[in-house]
This record gives sequence, C-alpha cells and structure tokens, in this order.
Amino acid sequence: MKSRIPVVLLACGSFNPITNMHLRLFEVARDHLHQTGRYQVIGGIISPVNDNYGKKDLVAARHRVAMARLALQTSDWIQVDPWESEQVQWTETVKVLRHHHSKLLRSLSRKEGPDQGKVDSPAPAAVPELKLLCGADVLKTFQTPNLWKDTHIQEIVEKFGLVCVDRAGHDPKGYILGSPILQRYQDNIHLAREPVQNEISATYIRRALGQGQSVKYLLPDAVIAYIKEHDLYASLGEE
Amino acid sequence: MENSEKTEVVLLACGSFNPITNMHLRLFELAKDYMNGTGKYEVIKGIISPVGDAYKKKGLISAHHRVTMAELATENSEWLEVDTWESRQQDWVETASVLRHHQEKLEASSCDHQQDSPVLERPGRKRKWAEQRQDFSQKKSLEQRKTKGVPKVKLLCGADFLESFGVPNLWKGEDITKIVGDYGLICITRAGNDAQKFIYESDVLWKHQNNIHLVNEWITNDISSTKIRRALRRGQSIRYLVPDLVQEYIEKHSLYSSESEERNVGVILAPLQRKTAEADT
Repeated sequence: MKSRIPVVLLACGSFNPITNMHLRLFEVARDHLHQTGRYQVIGGIISPVNDNYGKKDLVAARHRVAMARLALQTSDWIQVDPWESEQVQWTETVKVLRHHHSKLLRSLSRKEGPDQGKVDSPAPAAVPELKLLCGADVLKTFQTPNLWKDTHIQEIVEKFGLVCVDRAGHDPKGYILGSPILQRYQDNIHLAREPVQNEISATYIRRALGQGQSVKYLLPDAVIAYIKEHDLYASLGEE
Repeated sequence: MENSEKTEVVLLACGSFNPITNMHLRLFELAKDYMNGTGKYEVIKGIISPVGDAYKKKGLISAHHRVTMAELATENSEWLEVDTWESRQQDWVETASVLRHHQEKLEASSCDHQQDSPVLERPGRKRKWAEQRQDFSQKKSLEQRKTKGVPKVKLLCGADFLESFGVPNLWKGEDITKIVGDYGLICITRAGNDAQKFIYESDVLWKHQNNIHLVNEWITNDISSTKIRRALRRGQSIRYLVPDLVQEYIEKHSLYSSESEERNVGVILAPLQRKTAEADT
C-alpha cells in the first residue's frame, strides 16, 4: 500500500488579530488533504508577518504572535512560529517557505538517527512537503501587478504547493485558468471547500472592537482577553 | 438626578440547539450590542431554551445532551444561561407559552424585593456552583440597579424563524400575534431587505413592527447545526465552529451519526400534528 506523503501546512498573513476563521483554514485544509488519500498532515505553522510589511493598523508583532499562541493553546497540531516576524525586514513568502522547509528536513534527519521509537519501514520515510495554506483571496493576489515575482509564484507552486480554501466571492478555479504558471502546476494546487461560509475578517473584528462591540465567539476567548488587557484595537485609525 | 428610563430586557432563544454552535452564541452578542446601542434598552440576561424531545424533529438527539452542550457553551459567559423548563415538559410547548412562562417568572421574582431566594429556581435540579456564583453576582447587581418596572422578555431569532411564520399550519395566528404584540422579536439577519419585505407583507407583523427589531449581521456566519451534523457524519472537523467544550463532549459521547440523523423520520413535527388534531375536533 502506498504510504501517504507527510505534509506541513504553513499560513502566512497579518493575523491582526487571529480569528476562528484562520484556525478553520487549517482544519478544512487538513480534512481535504486526508480525503485525497495521498497525504498525511503532520503539522501546521502560523507565521505572522513582519511589522515592516507596512500594512495599515498592524499592531506590533509581539502582540500578534502572543495572540496566535493563545489561540493555539488548545490545538495539538498547529503552532505559531515567530521567525518571519523577528527578521530585520519584511521577508518574501517564498523565503519563509524555504526557511521552514529546510528546518523541517533538518529536524527529520536528526530524528532518523539513533531514535528507535519509530515504526520500522523497509523504505526510507517519504520526504515531508511544506505547503502554503491560504484563502482564495490570496490566490487572486497573484494577479496583482508587481505584488509577487513570477519566479516566486512558480517556486511556490512547483516546489512547495498550495492549499487554497474557498472564500465567498472568489473563483479559485478561474484564477488558476487565468494564469499560465498556475495552470501548469495546477496538480500542486489543492482547492479545499469550506462547507460553512464563515467570513470572519480581521478587519471586521478590528472595527467592532473600535466601536466597543462584542467579538465573542469569533475569536478564542483567550485572544479577546489579551486584546482587552493590552488595549489593542481600541480606537479606529490609530497612528 | 435622572433615573434611567431604560427598559430592561431578557433575550430568550428557543430552538433545537442540535448542537449549539458559535453562530447561536453570536446571535446573543449581536442582539445585546444592538439593543443596548439604541439607548432605550438594557439587556440583563440571555436565556437559551432548548426544545423538548417531543418536538419530533428529524435528527433531534436527546434533550439531556443538547442541554448539557448548551451549558458547556455558556459556562464562561457572564450573562447567558440555559433554561431547561421547556425541555422537561412532556409535551411540546408552543413558543408563546415559553415566552409567557419566562415573563411570569420575571414578574414573580421582581415582586420579591428581599431577594432571599435565588432569582431562578429550577426545582429538582442540582445547581452547579458556577450558576450559584452567577446568581449571586446577578443578585448583587439587581439590588444596585435602580430599575423601573419588570424586565421584558423578547424572543431572539434568525431570519429563518421570522419567515417560518409564513409556513402553513406551523403557527397559530393568535400565537404570532402574542409573540410580536405582547413580547417582541429581535431578529438577526443578513438579508435585511428580505426580512423587511416579509414584515411589510404580513398585516400582523406590520401592525407590531415597532416591536420587531431587525439586526444586521455583517459577517456571513453560516454555522448551521445541520452542517455541523453533516461534517461529523463525514469525519470532518468542527473545531472553531462550536465551543471547544462542546466539540469535546460530542466526540466523547459519539453524538450525531447516520443513525441519529434518522430519528423521527416519518414522524410529523409536533406543531403540525397539533394543528391537524385541533382542526379535526
């Protein structure tokens, strides 16, 4: 029986703040890959973007990382990794992928040493793959002129692979058809359907918080508590 | 010094809660923000009243589980609680009667200014320490509050509920009148225009439109219990769609399978059954 390819999912983004929808992306993507019969998802990584990305209303990385950590307290397979946020400047997504992929391979080669705890298998374990996890809106941004380098897009879909989760108002199949690079590597682009339309945008969350409205049940309680404690997103249009 | 002229409101949500989801809980938060934001109301409590098993809806699992899950979901809420009166009745109880029950309960406890006994009594049911602590803090705040009049119970619902008024034989005309006339409705909807149109096209709803509050839900939050049950049957994750404690409870007790979904198949829904029975007499 063919063994499944181990996969780690990496999500890059502002996570400003992290929401239940972000967390759902991982669950939906994992279910989808498992259902193909070809993959075994062994981990998930949330990589909050660097402060120098320059996006409006971005609160300090240490807060965004802390909130993600709180949100993931109860997850047994997803973790937050602050590497990207700790770099001196903004890091292109493909470089974040390369970093985490080599880290993954290094940690595995260390494990395959003296460790006898693993199940014996005649063949060497399949090389784990690191795939970029994103919503369909990100796939669309590949079309935006000058936002992505073509060589990077190619490396992302050719060398790593994409797991793209449905989002209302988007047409991921259409985006793929409209791009020669994406079309060529479409077998490495997995489109996962989220059956439960769940449009909890972080933008909405920030606005609600700015207006003193409740965001309970849209993000984990621990994250809400953190936001209140540190007075984040308290007013709109902060400098 | 001006006394607050705000009307105190208790939000009551009736439904299957099969299972309760983050969307149900959001309805309460949205309604509270909206009502408090009008400056005319102060929402003091939210009550989740799961329907009894006698409702006979397809796929409805036992009230015991549905109540427990709702309690787990509201464990860390300061103002939401679960009431089991409706679910403990032997026969299905019409929504208007549930509203009346809770309004009368509020009126009874409001007369008792001494506050010697806990505000909510649930005879025959062991009260968890968490509830007693919650009642204590409620007790304190009730004493502190300068209030005028008894708090009013209002029915909290989604747009599908409002539109169910149009389903033949599902509702008695007089019950609809009671619900919107005597109590009031707070309806959370994404399609505000459709809901307004529905109200416009109904004489009863139109007459009591001041008692029907439409609240816009800007986030599409389509976490229906039906989809949750479907996901569970297919071995898909429901994490982050329901509170963690609810998800763990479902997993621990293996609720919701193809078998459970087949419950009450072929059985007529209680309100329809009653309507037919009354028509025959």
